[in-house]
Amino acid sequence: MSIAINITGTIQDWLMNMMPEGVANIVAMVIVALIYLAIFAVAGLYLVLLERRVAAWFQLRIGPNRVGFQGMLQTMADALKLVSKELTGTVKADKFLYNLAPYFVIISSLMALAVFPFTKEFQAFDINIGVLFLIAISSIGVIGILLGGWSSNNKFALIGAMRSGVQTISYELSIGLSLLTMVLITGSLQLSEIVEVQKNGWLIIQGHIPAVIAFMIYMIAGTAETNRAPFDMVEAESELGAGFHTEYSGMKFAYFFLAEFINMFIIAAIATTVFFGAWLSPFGITESIPWLGVFWFLAKAFILVFLMMWFRWTFPRLRVDQLLTLEWKYLLPINLVNIVIMALIVWLNMTIQF
Amino acid sequence: MSYFSNIYNGIKTLLKGMSVTGKYFLTSRKGAITQQYPDNRETLKMFERFRGEVVMPHDENNEHTCTGCQKCEIACPNGTIEIIWDRGINEETGKKKKEIDKFVYHLGLCTMCGLCIEACPTDAIVWAQNYENSVYDRTHLTKVLNEPGSKVKAGIED
Amino acid sequence: METTTVNTNFKSEEYFINMGPQHPATHGVLRLLLTIDGEIIKKVDPDLGYIHRSIEKMCERDSYQQIVHLTDRMDYLSSHINNEAVCLAVENALELEIPDRVQVIRTIIGELTRIASHCLWWGVMGMDVGALTTYFYGFRDREMINDIFEETCGARLTMNYNIPGGLMFDIHPNFVNRVKEFIAHFKTKLPEYDTLLTGNVIFQKRTRGVGILSKEDAISFGASGPIGRGSGYSCDVRKHHPYSAYDKVKFKEVLKTDGDAFARYQVRIQEMWESLSIVEQLIDNIPEGDYKITTRAVIKLPKGEFYQKVETARGELGVYIISTGTKNPYRLKFRSPGFSNLSLLNHIAVGGKIGDLVASMATLDLVIPDIDR
Repeated sequence: MSIAINITGTIQDWLMNMMPEGVANIVAMVIVALIYLAIFAVAGLYLVLLERRVAAWFQLRIGPNRVGFQGMLQTMADALKLVSKELTGTVKADKFLYNLAPYFVIISSLMALAVFPFTKEFQAFDINIGVLFLIAISSIGVIGILLGGWSSNNKFALIGAMRSGVQTISYELSIGLSLLTMVLITGSLQLSEIVEVQKNGWLIIQGHIPAVIAFMIYMIAGTAETNRAPFDMVEAESELGAGFHTEYSGMKFAYFFLAEFINMFIIAAIATTVFFGAWLSPFGITESIPWLGVFWFLAKAFILVFLMMWFRWTFPRLRVDQLLTLEWKYLLPINLVNIVIMALIVWLNMTIQF
Repeated sequence: MSYFSNIYNGIKTLLKGMSVTGKYFLTSRKGAITQQYPDNRETLKMFERFRGEVVMPHDENNEHTCTGCQKCEIACPNGTIEIIWDRGINEETGKKKKEIDKFVYHLGLCTMCGLCIEACPTDAIVWAQNYENSVYDRTHLTKVLNEPGSKVKAGIED
Repeated sequence: METTTVNTNFKSEEYFINMGPQHPATHGVLRLLLTIDGEIIKKVDPDLGYIHRSIEKMCERDSYQQIVHLTDRMDYLSSHINNEAVCLAVENALELEIPDRVQVIRTIIGELTRIASHCLWWGVMGMDVGALTTYFYGFRDREMINDIFEETCGARLTMNYNIPGGLMFDIHPNFVNRVKEFIAHFKTKLPEYDTLLTGNVIFQKRTRGVGILSKEDAISFGASGPIGRGSGYSCDVRKHHPYSAYDKVKFKEVLKTDGDAFARYQVRIQEMWESLSIVEQLIDNIPEGDYKITTRAVIKLPKGEFYQKVETARGELGVYIISTGTKNPYRLKFRSPGFSNLSLLNHIAVGGKIGDLVASMATLDLVIPDIDR
């Protein structure tokens, strides 16, 4: 497998030979963006199908298995159906904001997808404040939700959007602090550096007890960030309608829906990068075949996605005030104490290294 | 201290709940309780007392056992059964007796209560087990239960 | 009461939301007009009548055997018990001696209906508070009971198996074996219900201390069934006015004194265990005998007024017949349990949040066709 792995580098060099430098840069950026857009669309489609099949197996039934082999083309059929629907809008809705809202969530998801290290040098954007960039991007997604709820001119949508906004900004704190706990071991925010440090053993093993606690807090806060059950009061179907995306139909609804699933994948991908050693194989068995790194990364991310689906289909929902009590009275104090413990462990050199 | 015991107990109950659904996830392939309906029509058999539709069985000489006594029509709560009858001459004894021309059964109105079948003194109507009764045209739901050209079995009044 | 935690941009004044007739949480077509301040509910007004089919008026033109099949469709989850109510009213008015075999079989099928109704209730309760898989587990157990009914009576939901005078036809030879299989299967599944939902810390936070109903309020609103028993009001018709074979079996009446949603939930789960024990006591000794008494083809009740109460899965159902000696009743009235239980909703929901309203409505276990008839 001697095909070069450094995709962005390869494309840039190939284009440099053909046209002057400025144009080559722009064309390279456009091509990489298109590749990531394709990854986004395909991943979104298959994640939805995976969710439906996994949910069905929990519920003692078989999921969609008729359209295409084992239901592979099911989401494609659903997407075609959504495209053909009429784009209704309310009369008194604020037209510009109403149309703009879905794009915020999509743009934030795409930007977050760009920084992940899928394998050794397969990374579109290796900035030196990687982790901080990710946390900042997720804050932009909130704007989309709030705009969508406000501009629909609908009481239910507004209640849903407000609840969702409160929930998201509260849980971002917990995500940030638990990721910070792991940065204390690596000493750098850059994602490829974090993976380099994990060559001595995955971070969740290196920082034993505080790392496990940080991982648990991260998973809880991560499911809350993406408005998934058990924290999905916002879009609870048996409560008020459908929350902030009540008034959206057709393709715009599909954008919100896909963005939720990609967000789930992003949370899982951040966890694999920071806690489980992104593309490193356990005990270094396939060190010599770099292309297998993609397989290891996706496998770990999908196990975490499966864990999030397991939460969704088992637990009842929390009420809005219980949600916020959980964050501010339980998760935040534990997080802060955890950071202190981790700092002590790093200072006293008690991390486990291989 | 109850702060920590709350957390510990909470996490324990959550994990126990997850173990139940996890167990079903692992045995789901064999334990699925749904049936793949249009594919299993050959093997799908209803119980013999299943109330699908009211039919009038005919034997091989195209004879049924309905004497036109109208007990089922009176027993039916909402007029699902209409019997069109007339008095004809019985060939053997020469007396006038009732015989039916058409036994009209409105499947669209029937509530499947079973009172007509209980009321019939000669067991002329029974339950059939077919469960696929949907049609494209509502007039197909009005069925005539006796076959054309059929007549009553002789000697059935007893 | 905790203050609201949602930060709205306008000053908090009350506004009005319609939980309309088509809604996933109101089990049936019920319209609730809610007046809300932020997240706190100020007033709940139920608006009924969307599924009124004039069953009581139809009963005035039908004969007594035909009335039985209409009662199936009132509270369709305990249809056998509704049929039994009308048949017992007619039989007691005519002073007929019902054979033991009929009474025992009616009791067994009645208790199986109660278990099936509570299985569905449990599934829907989980779904309303957010755990979407409980629906399927509840229905899996209900399917076994439906198969038992289908083999014996011919129909799964609207059974119409009772007639005034006994049963329409005898039980199927397989009945006893199937019921025993079901008992063995269900005893392994009920503890799973507890693990999955009852012990779950999130579920307990959603239902403890929510929708509190005191004992005096339960009596004055006329609550019956598991709702009254969850507040400490002992109102089981099977104990106080026994009918069919209930005086021959031993079972406990489940009472809890907390009066909140969790107490009502526990009462129903415990009732499922009690019903299982009743079926176990009766299934092995079904006495031999006739399965019906032949009455005349046209039943005429003597002049007068007759009342019969039974315990359905929702509470106390009463049948009140005024007869003038002809073959149709002059007036027939049903005292439905759901109607009285629904009147409590305003009392227990005010002051709570919308999430609490959904959780307490799920424990009230309303079936709207029973209320609207």
